[in-house]
Amino acid sequence: MSFAMAAGLAFASLSTAASAADITGAGATFPFPVYSKWAEAYKKETGNGMNYQSIGSGGGIKQIQAKTVDFGATDAPMKGADLEKNELVQFPTVMGAVVPVVNIQGIQAGQIKLTGQVLADIFQGKIAKWNDPKIAQLNAGVNLPSANITPVYRSDSSGTTSVFSTYLSQVSEGWKSELGAGTTINWPVGQGGKGNEGVAATVKQVPNSIGYVEFAYAKQNNIPYTLLQNQAGKYPQPEIKSFQAAAASANWSSAPGFGISLTNQAGDDAWPITNPTFILVHKTAEKPEQTAEVLKFFDWAYKNGSKLASDLDYVPLPDNVVEQIRTSWANDIKAASGQPVYKK
Amino acid sequence: MAVVSGKIAVSSMPTVRRSSSTFDQGFRWASYGSALVVLAVLAGIIGTMVYGGWPAFREFGFGFITSSAWNVGQDQYGAWVAISGTLTSALIALAIGVPVSIGIAVFLTQLCPPWLRRPVSTVIELLAAVPSIIYGMWGLFVFAPLFAKYVQIPLNSIVEGMPILGTVLYARVPSGVGMLTAGIILAIMIIPFIASITRDILDQIPTVLRESAYGIGCTTWEVVRYVLLPQAGVSIIGAVMLGLGRALGETMAVTFVIGNANRLSLSLFDPSSTIASRIANEFNEAAGMQMNALLALGCILFVVTFIVLALARLLIARVKTR
Repeated sequence: MSFAMAAGLAFASLSTAASAADITGAGATFPFPVYSKWAEAYKKETGNGMNYQSIGSGGGIKQIQAKTVDFGATDAPMKGADLEKNELVQFPTVMGAVVPVVNIQGIQAGQIKLTGQVLADIFQGKIAKWNDPKIAQLNAGVNLPSANITPVYRSDSSGTTSVFSTYLSQVSEGWKSELGAGTTINWPVGQGGKGNEGVAATVKQVPNSIGYVEFAYAKQNNIPYTLLQNQAGKYPQPEIKSFQAAAASANWSSAPGFGISLTNQAGDDAWPITNPTFILVHKTAEKPEQTAEVLKFFDWAYKNGSKLASDLDYVPLPDNVVEQIRTSWANDIKAASGQPVYKK
Repeated sequence: MAVVSGKIAVSSMPTVRRSSSTFDQGFRWASYGSALVVLAVLAGIIGTMVYGGWPAFREFGFGFITSSAWNVGQDQYGAWVAISGTLTSALIALAIGVPVSIGIAVFLTQLCPPWLRRPVSTVIELLAAVPSIIYGMWGLFVFAPLFAKYVQIPLNSIVEGMPILGTVLYARVPSGVGMLTAGIILAIMIIPFIASITRDILDQIPTVLRESAYGIGCTTWEVVRYVLLPQAGVSIIGAVMLGLGRALGETMAVTFVIGNANRLSLSLFDPSSTIASRIANEFNEAAGMQMNALLALGCILFVVTFIVLALARLLIARVKTR
């Protein structure tokens, strides 16, 4: 449904692209559905359009550096030094969460518990059967088959893979030293599906497989997910509450541009694999009125977009984080004259 | 038709002649230019590939071709898995697609009842019009599950533990996607090209040849085997080369059904990857050396295609002299 909306929106924007107050952005594919929804509602309310091209995070960074768009979007935050060098300001908009999904006969959603270490061993091929003692001891009373596990991964380079592998690097020394974190991993076992939908389809088709997808895909496709042990040793359900718990307990000001990793956060209720997605704008606005429009748009989205975001299974940022973002806007983004672009 | 236009040309020849010197010149230069445009575009593409891929070639040298590492985290790249995947999948596609295509063409031109000719021909040409992403989706969602259920799983229980067959035909993950599936989907995609060109070629063989063969008492099989195919041989190889070109470069459909693993395997059912699928998968988010490596892969695909087409030329030349 979101695709139809997005397509309609892209079509509509063709005819109105010339309008002066319209802003353009490009980058990450993951937040594309929610950005489109926001743009649609925003246009209805204010008459101003937002044209977003989902060309991938790498493309988003390149486009904002080349100043061909009003804002860039990326799933993986830029490092502080790179932000400095390119004179960019970075802030998060919404969060998503990654969940492991499985296809084992007779196993329901949330029935299997895994630790991060076990998950890493499965995707490295070190645990090859579902009834391996390491899995069995976490799941007393669950009837696990003596079947080979097929790990399913994203074949295209992807922010989802980056978040997933970042998490596995944090919880498994073996993963960190042998495979590391990144948008493309040299997977030693299993097979690749293209996009979230490719992974979801493959897991659904292949018995005894395990994959990882954005939470929305697991929910909308009704694929059983597994529980995952968090840093506090608990097994929270993957749901908006536990995703927000991860964001709330995090120390956002610890990294420049809010560029923290939200994986493996402390807190009893925190889901271990969540990720914010980011927006980039120039520190010194060449076209202050366009940058002001960008900030106005996201300001509106923080205030009014939470419902639209949750409907699409994205996670709105907690209020205290949004306050910090507004402060950073007021302090960091200036016009060439030195005037702040955004007034709190 | 040809006769009529010939008459017109003859009767109006003086006027045509007078205007032709300028018109002919213009036409000559226009077609000359069109031919040069192709060369310029190709040179531009190759230039971009070589320029972009150069850092990867310089960094890894000849090892870029022979190495099968592809580790983005450690910036280690090697193309061997993708190269062998490209060649293997195209070979499988040809092995399945060529006999079927020639069968279709022979049937349509020699055996088909007239009322069936048009519908079958139209369907063949429609197959060529289906976008590759549709083949990919159909392959992933429809073909792969059926293939797993009715071929891989039953086959697994037969060949498990056997020497050679147990390696080549054993599916460690009976999921329906893998090298053979990619080859089959590619075969379906190249059939319309080869079949319709072969049909046209067979149609153009003078009827008198066929009739004289029948006249000395040949059966249909003998006419096809000893008259039609040898007559059309060289042109059929040309048609097969067109199909092979598509099979080598096909991207989206293969990306969906090949399983996308950077591993060498002797089993036909194991996931693998091709040069085109690797580029499609990683181009979006690639930067730095990874981007150079992908461009270098593109460059290698050019070279591989060139070598394959050159071999085909050699083959045609040998058939011709015989």
